[in-house]
Amino acid sequence: MNGTMNRDMAGRIFAIVVAFGALLTLPYWMHGIYYVNVASQILFYAVFALGLNVLVGYGGLVSLGHAGLFGVSAYATGYMLQLGYGHSLAIVVAIAMGLASMAIYAVLSLRSTGIGFIMITLALGEILWGLAYRWISLTGGDNGINVPTRPSPFGYSMTNATVFYYVTLTVFAIAIALCWIFVRSPFGAALRGTRDQPRRMNALGYHVWAIRFWACLFSGLLTAVSAILFVYYTQFISPQTLALTSSAEVLLMVISGGPGTLLGPIFGAGLVVVVKNVVSAFIERWNFLLGAIFVAIVILMPEGLVPGSVRLWRLAMRQRRKRAAP
Amino acid sequence: MSALTVSNLCKSFGGLHVTTNVNLDVEPGERRLIIGPNGAGKTTLFNLITGELTPDSGSIKLFGEDITRTASRRRPHLGMARTYQIITLFARDSIIHNVSLALLGLSPARWNPISNMRHQGHLIEQGLAALERVGLAHIAERPLSQTSYGERRRVEIAMALAQNPKLLLLDEPFAGLSIDERQDVHKCLMAIPRDVTMVMIEHNMDVALEFAERITLLHFGQVIVEGNRAEVVDNPRTREVYLGH
Repeated sequence: MNGTMNRDMAGRIFAIVVAFGALLTLPYWMHGIYYVNVASQILFYAVFALGLNVLVGYGGLVSLGHAGLFGVSAYATGYMLQLGYGHSLAIVVAIAMGLASMAIYAVLSLRSTGIGFIMITLALGEILWGLAYRWISLTGGDNGINVPTRPSPFGYSMTNATVFYYVTLTVFAIAIALCWIFVRSPFGAALRGTRDQPRRMNALGYHVWAIRFWACLFSGLLTAVSAILFVYYTQFISPQTLALTSSAEVLLMVISGGPGTLLGPIFGAGLVVVVKNVVSAFIERWNFLLGAIFVAIVILMPEGLVPGSVRLWRLAMRQRRKRAAP
Repeated sequence: MSALTVSNLCKSFGGLHVTTNVNLDVEPGERRLIIGPNGAGKTTLFNLITGELTPDSGSIKLFGEDITRTASRRRPHLGMARTYQIITLFARDSIIHNVSLALLGLSPARWNPISNMRHQGHLIEQGLAALERVGLAHIAERPLSQTSYGERRRVEIAMALAQNPKLLLLDEPFAGLSIDERQDVHKCLMAIPRDVTMVMIEHNMDVALEFAERITLLHFGQVIVEGNRAEVVDNPRTREVYLGH
């Protein structure tokens, strides 16, 4: 028992070191700026998915309005730059706006859980989408807002795809470290408790609403950060980003990868971004392929890609051992 | 001063009066048994005392302090703990994690998003001590999904005991247990010291009568009979509504 646990642990650490090494050296072995850019996209969408996973996976609160929050921070960045402010201030304001909108979201939607929570977040997301579309003086309506420049942290211009990749990788590493610490913490345990037995948690002395509220803000922080990277990446923001399909896409990343796991949302983000960018070059109906993959995941590994693969791998190993020593 | 004073408590759901003018006075250290046929309003009374339901009128006092309007999540902090008739545990986690969560609920550390839950030494130690009291310390690391029904009942009790309550409310702690398991639970309950006041709902008269000093009989949300063991058992009303012959 202990031996397999240690071997599991060693295997996991080895896998993480290899994966991180691969990410760190990616621009050197991945040929073509195009693929480096795809990698950047995967990483900032992974941050977005990690943010949503805090609620969906650990809090049991499924949000279908996160693209709206994502849009608020993206528009805030674009608008601040349009007004002529610097990048630092634009980023700070974007995070503040993202957190403020998340707080309003939370106050309104935490009045219920389950389907009620989904519907309220969906409605709020649609309201923000409508505002982005119709409040033309602020958002430029359908024309959106152009972001002509990217920042240059420490003198390295993010206009360069490789620099952009490394900045995104740094933010991604910080985000996953924060999530890792959060999940293991007493507060993380309390949040998972409110997911599994909210009534019991209340009877044990926990303030269930407040726990969910703070979890929402953490989710909002990661969402805002990923939105800022997104808007600098595309250098453009339009209402399309806030649409329901975007909310569904990020939820798909979390659910397909494995909600309530740290690696799941990252693999989910990878899957969706790759299908969207790479496969769409060959197949016109890439949405159809994504749908088919999702159906396959739900049938074969309902718990998500990462936990499902681990389960199938263990099963295969056990079969092999049984055959080796009958 | 009484441990628990319930005065003129009323609660109705629409036209259904589930609790009607209930008065209850439990002395510190007392073992009180609440009996009554199905639908008598026993669990509702517990839910009113713990604050999961708000009474329509009347008052509840815990050691002299009026808690009628106190939020239910504050009441464990004032020394009230309960167990559930339908087992309500964290099925994906280990036994010790369940008990640690009970301890964490009363600790300011529950807001800590940075340190490692596994390194909260005092939670683990006190959790193990609580499990020791119900005889489960040797399987503390076992996932809850691999435990028997009887063991889960004892985890419920350990979680309540871990919170070091002054008043412990037990909702049918023997429900669904085999004879052997019943004796295990009985032993745990008898070992609880007198500084804990206990109120228990129970159908199983054999074990329950042995446990209780005073008994309250509820029927259609009203207190019909109250008194010591002999008084209640001999009362003709008890025979009529409850013992059945």
